[in-house]
Amino acid sequence: MLLIACPWCGERDEVEFHYGGQAHVAYPSDPEALSDAEWAQYLFVRDNPKGPFAERWSHAAGCRRWFNVVRHTVTHEILAVHPAGRPKPVIA
Amino acid sequence: MTQPHRLADGGRLDRSTPVRFTFDGTEYTGYPGDTLASALLANGVIEVAPSLYRRRPRGIATAGVDEPHALVQVAEPMLAATTVELHDGLSATSLPGLGRLDQASDEAVHDKMYGHADVVVIGGGPAGLAAALAAARSGARTVLVDDQPELGGALLSGHEEIGGRPALEWVEAVRAELSDTAEVRILTRSTAIGYHDQNYLLIAERRTGHLGPQPLPAAGRGRLWHVRARQVVLATGAHEHPMVFAGNDRPGVMSAAAVRSYLNRYAVLPGRRAVVLTTNDHAYGTALDLAAAGVEVAALVDTRPQPPVALAEAARRAGIEVLAGSAVVGTSGDTRIASARIAELAPDDTLRGPVRELGCDLLAVSGGWSPAVHLWSQSRGSLRFDEALAAFVPAQAAQQVRAVGAARGTYDLAGCLREGSAAGAEAATLAGFEAAAPPVPPSVGDPRPALPRPVWLVPAEEGEPATWRDHFVDSQRDATVADVHRAIRAGMRSIEHIKRYTTIGTAHDQGKAAGPTAIGVISRLLGASSPAEVGTTTFRGPYTPVSFALLAGRERGGLFDPVRTTSIHPWHAEHGAVFENVGQWKRPRYYPRPGEDMDAAVLRECRAARGAVAAMDVSTLGKIDVIGADAGAFLDRVYTNGFAGLAVGSARYGIMCRPDGMVFDDGVTVRLADDHYYLTTTTGNAAAVLDWLEEWLQTEWPELRVHCTSVTEQWATVAVVGPESRAVLADLAPDLDVSKEAFPFMTARQATLSNGIPARICRISFSGELAYEINVPSWYGLAVWEAVLAAGEGHGITPYGTETMHVLRAEKGYPIVGQDTDGTVTPQDLGMEWIVAKHKQFIGKRSFRRADTARADRRRLVGLLPLDRAELLPEGAQLIADETALTGPPVRMIGHVTSSYRSAALGRTFALALVERGRDRIGEKVYAPLPDGRLVAATVTEPVLLDPKGARRDG
Repeated sequence: MLLIACPWCGERDEVEFHYGGQAHVAYPSDPEALSDAEWAQYLFVRDNPKGPFAERWSHAAGCRRWFNVVRHTVTHEILAVHPAGRPKPVIA
Repeated sequence: MTQPHRLADGGRLDRSTPVRFTFDGTEYTGYPGDTLASALLANGVIEVAPSLYRRRPRGIATAGVDEPHALVQVAEPMLAATTVELHDGLSATSLPGLGRLDQASDEAVHDKMYGHADVVVIGGGPAGLAAALAAARSGARTVLVDDQPELGGALLSGHEEIGGRPALEWVEAVRAELSDTAEVRILTRSTAIGYHDQNYLLIAERRTGHLGPQPLPAAGRGRLWHVRARQVVLATGAHEHPMVFAGNDRPGVMSAAAVRSYLNRYAVLPGRRAVVLTTNDHAYGTALDLAAAGVEVAALVDTRPQPPVALAEAARRAGIEVLAGSAVVGTSGDTRIASARIAELAPDDTLRGPVRELGCDLLAVSGGWSPAVHLWSQSRGSLRFDEALAAFVPAQAAQQVRAVGAARGTYDLAGCLREGSAAGAEAATLAGFEAAAPPVPPSVGDPRPALPRPVWLVPAEEGEPATWRDHFVDSQRDATVADVHRAIRAGMRSIEHIKRYTTIGTAHDQGKAAGPTAIGVISRLLGASSPAEVGTTTFRGPYTPVSFALLAGRERGGLFDPVRTTSIHPWHAEHGAVFENVGQWKRPRYYPRPGEDMDAAVLRECRAARGAVAAMDVSTLGKIDVIGADAGAFLDRVYTNGFAGLAVGSARYGIMCRPDGMVFDDGVTVRLADDHYYLTTTTGNAAAVLDWLEEWLQTEWPELRVHCTSVTEQWATVAVVGPESRAVLADLAPDLDVSKEAFPFMTARQATLSNGIPARICRISFSGELAYEINVPSWYGLAVWEAVLAAGEGHGITPYGTETMHVLRAEKGYPIVGQDTDGTVTPQDLGMEWIVAKHKQFIGKRSFRRADTARADRRRLVGLLPLDRAELLPEGAQLIADETALTGPPVRMIGHVTSSYRSAALGRTFALALVERGRDRIGEKVYAPLPDGRLVAATVTEPVLLDPKGARRDG
C-alpha cells in the first residue's frame, strides 16, 4: 500500500486517497474550437509510461483536496508531491 | 502403550499434562508442544487422506508450512496438520485436498492492529534474533515476527551451541533482553503474509486458536497487523525441497529436515528403519540423529560421488553405510513405503549399474535447499540463480530491506549470527539510530556446508519422461513429470504457462517446497543448461493461507457496509414496510396490507397517488448546498441547462453530463438566495456528485468562489403527492398561500407548519401529479411525517414506497439515472433535447457533435406496450426487430428493456426501453425473446404514457 504525503495533511495510507488519473490534462479552454480528433484525444487518450508519471490524487477520506503526485509506475516510488495548479516538477 | 513412537525423553514438550485429541474419529493422546502432525506420528499414524485426483495414499511429509499432504479440517478448513498446535479436545478430519466451509457463520472475533516500526525483523531463528538484538539495543522501535509458538527457528530442531551453552539458552537470553527493552514487540505465532509497497507489511497473528474452544473474553482469535516499517530484515530461513523419482509420494517419504525436527523438537520417531537420500550435507545430521535415537539407518544415499570426508566418516562410525553418487529410483509398499530401490548415477544423471533394494519404513529426503524468498519477491526484490547453491537467492532489493541467514543462502550458524547482527545494526542506523553490531558469540554445530549436487530429475528405471506418471513434481496437485512433458510438447516454454497448464504450484501449499524442484524438472525437460534459464513464477501474497474472518476483522455486517436509515425509519418499520437497499439506505419498497402481495400493494398505492393523495419519505435524496458568489456560474458549467438566471425561490430540473456527453446525474435544484442553491441528486449518487463538483472546482475552476456542502443527512423530506395534496398542505401550513397562483409549479416557499416546525416546501413532482416536497431539519422528520399523515387522514392519505414511485415516474417517462441509463446514454438519447442549452458552454457539450454521439441510429428511450396487456416484460430483456430474426445466430439485438411495471392508471403493463432508432419506430412492433422460449411482442410508443401535456402536475 502506497504511503502518500498529502500536501495538507502529511503522510497517509493509500486507502485514504482517491485516484484521479493523469495530471496536467486541462479541460480545453475552447472545446468548440477543437476538431473531433483533438476532442477525442482529450477525452480518451492518456499517457501510460513505464517510469515517472504525474498523476492526480485526492485526499478523499481526509482534507478532500486534490493534488498531484509523480509516481514511478514500475517501482511505485513517489518522486514528488505538489499542490494542484503548480507546474509539473522536473524529475531527473 | 500409547504414543508408541514417542522417545522416552527430550523434545520441547510439556509431558506433565497429556492431552486427548481425535483424528478421523479415532482418539489419541499427545502433549502440549506437539503439532497435530507430531502427535499423529508419535501414535504411529503417518497416513492421511488420499490425493485429490488419483486417490494415491499420502502421508505427513514435512514439519511446517510447506506441508503438501496432511491437510485437515478443524474449526477452520484446510489447515496443515504440521501447523496446528495440539490442544485437549482437538478434533481433526483429514482432507483430500479440498476443504469444506462451515455453513455456520464464524463468530470468533478477529482484530486489526496498525503499527509503525523503525525495524521489522521477520523470522526468529538465529539470524533474526541477532538482527533484532542489534536493532533493539540502538533504541529503534523494533518488531520481531515469528510464526512458531516459541523463538529459535531451526535451533529448536538441532543441538547446536552458542556462547558455550546450548543454543536454546542463548535464544531465551535474547528473548528476555528483547522483552525487557522498551519499543520492542515480539510477535510469535505470527506469519508475515504480505510485503507491499513502501515497506507495508501484513502480519497474521494467531492468539487463542491453539487454546481450543475456550475463548478468552479479552482476546480475539487472531489479529491482522498492518505495519509500516522504515527498514525490514528478512530472516525467513529456507525450505528443503523434495526430489523427483518414481514413487516419491508414498507415505513414509519425508523431508529429512522434518525428520530431524520430529526427532529433536517433538521427541518422535517417524520410522523404525530409515533410508536417507540427500544432495547436500544437511541430511547427515538427520541420519546421525536417527541412528542416535536407535533407528536403523539402512543407507545414506548421497548424489555426490565424493561426499565430504568428515561427514562420511561420522556416518560410518555410526554404523551407516554411505552410498555415494547414487539416488533412490523407486519405492514399494502397499501404502506406506516398505523398500527403496537405489542405483548409481552417472555424471549426466543417468542410471548405471545394478539396482539395490533396501527395506525401510521411512525415506528421509533432502533434495536441496532454497531460501524462502517469498516476501523478498513480493517486495519486488530481484532474484538470481546461484549455481553453487543450486538455488534462487535474493539479488537486488527494491525497498528498504535486506535478507540474512538461510534466507539468502547462508546456511552455517556462525554466518547466520554474523549476518543478522550486522543487518540489524545497519537497518537501525538507516532508520536514524546510532547502532553498532553486537559482538557475535562463538557457536558450535551447523558448519558451513560443502556444495550440493542437485539432481532435479531421477530417471525411471525404464521408459521416457512422457510415461513417468509416478514421478510427482507437485504431489498435492498430482502433477507429474509426464504432465510437465505434455505441457512442453504442447508448445509451452514459459514457467508461467507451464504452471497454469499443469497447475503445479497452485495448490494449498502454493508450491513452497516443490516449487524449486518443479523449476529444475522443467529446465531438464526443456534441455536448459540451468534453472536460471527458466526462472521463477511470481510470488504473491499471502505467504500462507489466511481466513476471510481474519481479513475482515470486526468489519462485518453493518460495520462493513453501514446501514443508513432516515429519521422517519421507525414509522416505516412499525407499519410493516418491506425495505429495499438503495446504496446503503434502507428505503420502504411498499407497505403491504394484510393479504397483499407486492403487485397488489403497489397498484393500491399508485391509485391513491393518482386519485387522491399519497406520501413518501424521500429523505434519502442526495442534497448539496452550493453557496458562493459564483454558484450560478458554476452550475451553468456543470448542468446542461442554465441556472444562473433562475429566479430566487424557483426550482429547475437539471442533467449533468461527463465530458464524453453521457448522462452522469440528474435532479432538481432550488435557488434559495442569490448565492445559495440547494441541489438534489439521485439517492445512490450523492457522494459521487459531491466529489464531481469539488473536483471541477479545485482542479479546473479554482477562481470560482463556490463552496459545496453535503446536507443529505441534515434534511428530512416528505413528498405529498396527488390531486388532493394541495388541501393537505393547506391544512398542514395554514399561513402559507397554497393557491395555484401564489405557489406555482417549480417554486419553493419557506413556511411554518401548524406544529411550529419551520419548513422549506418545494412544489416539484417526480410523479406527474400535483405534488409538494416538504423539507425540514432531519430531527423533525418523524414529527412532520406524522403531521402529514394526520392532515391527510380525511383524504385517505396513503404512504407509498420506491416501487410505486418507480411506476408513477415511468408512466410519465421520467428516466432514472442508473436504471434507464448506463453510462452510454446522452440527454438526446433520453429524448431531452430541450434540456441541452445551445448558447452556453458546459461539461460534455462538445461531445454532442462527435460522430458517434450524433449518430442517427443510437439507442433511444421509448415506451413499450406488450400486445398482451397482462404480460410483464422482464427488465433487462433483449429486443429484436423481427420475429424471424431468431432463426440462427448471430441474432441482432436492437435494444433492451430498462424498466417494466404494471400500471393502475393504464390498466395494463408497460415498459421503458432503449431501442436503436427508437423514436423512428414508434407504432412499430419489437419482440423480446424470453428465457422460457416465448417471443413476446410489444408496440413502441412515446415514453410519456400519461398526461403528456402535464395538466395534472400543473393543476
